[in-house]
Amino acid sequence: MKQKIAVQVDDLTVAYNYKPVLWDIDLEIPEGVLMAIVGPNGAGKSTLIKSILGILKPIAGSVTIYGKPYKKQRSLVAYVPQKGSVDWDFPTTALDVVMMGTYGSLGWIKRPRQKEKKASLEALEKVGMLAFKSRQISQLSGGQQQRIFLARALVQDASIYFMDEPFQGVDATTEIAIINILKELRKAGKTVVVVHHDLQTVPEYFDWVTFLNVKKIATGPVKDIFNDNNLTKTYGINYKVSVQE
Amino acid sequence: MDIQEYFSLVFTDYTLRTITLGTAILGAVTGMLGSFAVLRKQSLLGDAISHAALPGIAISFLITGAKDSNTLLLGALVSGLIGTFWIRGIITKTHLKSDTALGLILSLFFGFGMLLLTFIQKQPNANQAGLDKYLFGQAATLVESDVWMMAIVTGICLFVLLLFWKEFKILLFDKEYAKTLGFNTKAIDILITSFIVLAIVLGLQTVGVVLMSAMLLAPAAAARQWTNSLATMVFLAAIFGAFSGVFGTAISASQNNLSTGPVIVLVAAVFVLFSFIFSPSRGLLFKQIRFIKNRRDLELHKTLAFMYHIAESHDNISHPHEIKILNGFQGYTKGTLKKLVEKNYVTLKGSTWSLTHEGFKSALNLYNQLTKNDE
Repeated sequence: MKQKIAVQVDDLTVAYNYKPVLWDIDLEIPEGVLMAIVGPNGAGKSTLIKSILGILKPIAGSVTIYGKPYKKQRSLVAYVPQKGSVDWDFPTTALDVVMMGTYGSLGWIKRPRQKEKKASLEALEKVGMLAFKSRQISQLSGGQQQRIFLARALVQDASIYFMDEPFQGVDATTEIAIINILKELRKAGKTVVVVHHDLQTVPEYFDWVTFLNVKKIATGPVKDIFNDNNLTKTYGINYKVSVQE
Repeated sequence: MDIQEYFSLVFTDYTLRTITLGTAILGAVTGMLGSFAVLRKQSLLGDAISHAALPGIAISFLITGAKDSNTLLLGALVSGLIGTFWIRGIITKTHLKSDTALGLILSLFFGFGMLLLTFIQKQPNANQAGLDKYLFGQAATLVESDVWMMAIVTGICLFVLLLFWKEFKILLFDKEYAKTLGFNTKAIDILITSFIVLAIVLGLQTVGVVLMSAMLLAPAAAARQWTNSLATMVFLAAIFGAFSGVFGTAISASQNNLSTGPVIVLVAAVFVLFSFIFSPSRGLLFKQIRFIKNRRDLELHKTLAFMYHIAESHDNISHPHEIKILNGFQGYTKGTLKKLVEKNYVTLKGSTWSLTHEGFKSALNLYNQLTKNDE
């Protein structure tokens, strides 16, 4: 059975200055996979996600979501940025941040109402943060802040989720809680793309993987392509990862 | 005139009423918009904008020869906007950091403005006098039409703020995320920056180029100390700003030779100082008190736990022990021992202490609590 393609990237090239950060990326993300994007620092992992989401403007290439440009498919896509990308001392509460996830479907000017609030509370409950809904966000731990960001994406009720290092700086409990939610999303037929750093957990967490280092090295099912050969090609050193079987 | 006299005159005297209303409205609108500048970490933007407005005033005078404030401030608005968008341009197009870009535009425009002012002053034209009031501001020159202008701009600003509240909030908190949701972040950004420029230009006549940024920052910085909600912060900043205006005017009117602009700024600074020290959650005073109290509690608990360990090894928990043996324990002080006696956890007899049943029980509880927390 041929899977539907959720995200299609063609000839994508991105550069901040002269040096390209991403070079000629072709990538197909099939529907319903839980995919890790791995690669060394500066490999362009975050850049790839940001380019797909239209935050960054590529020099060349195109991105389509279910065959149409991103601008027309926004409602199908949710984004979890890196936790460090915002100022957590901002004067607002956990619930308020999660409610921001409803702003997109509301559009300009319209305010969130009961319906949006209810959805946000449900999302908070899903990530186990309902008890913290009125907490000022600076008083949350790193792991809790990450869960809030995840809840904000969940409330968007999208088909495709892009997450930028959701496991960075979180403790083991939060990591397990997050991966369980991601696996639930996959079970519900959603596509999840995660920038990931911990190579050891790739086989355990993900079923699909993309190796990236400015160029795309490989992409495919973890069981077929997650091997020392591709790791060495990506990280440039002899990389040996012990895969538990 | 003393302060009491001022407040009895403020409703009847035209000049006083005009100035007071003007400075109050100005303080409110700059406080409101200043909250956004502070939260975007663009505190210095206000300073750059106000300085960038100076050449506009001079050029506007050179072209029209007019001295009425609306014409001159229109020039200020134009050059303020140009300065602001150059700053944005420098930040996005080059590798310079925002503080460099701000400093560059600030000094460049201010220098050019000063050059023009000196040039104007050398002109054989009696009409030039008074342009330098825009440097430090002169609230006394406010007339009713100026106040109307401020009121209208503040009204529009409030309306736009309420209308695009959600958009402003998400832009401030997480711009890239806002972009993925489909909001035109550039448009929101330009909208809010334009209002900040407008508010600053409005204040030039009253507070002046040099001090204007304080009007933007001080009320917002003070307000941030008292609340964790954006709406409350903006509201409080407006209140603080307005009160700075009123009190500043009152103080300067009741004394001779006190210029209104600087006094307003100083009053605003008092708000900031007070907030930094006395705010319950973020203030230095309560932070220090909490810190000391925490330390004391810990010392007390640790000493009690130490005593518990000693008493535990005896059949009779109230068996007396020498106070001396406590000396080896870090965290024990005479004060803590006194506190323990006051709490009836410990009794003293000569140079010995003994744990009471109450003290033993509470130490045991402490222990169970700690092990529970560890789980």
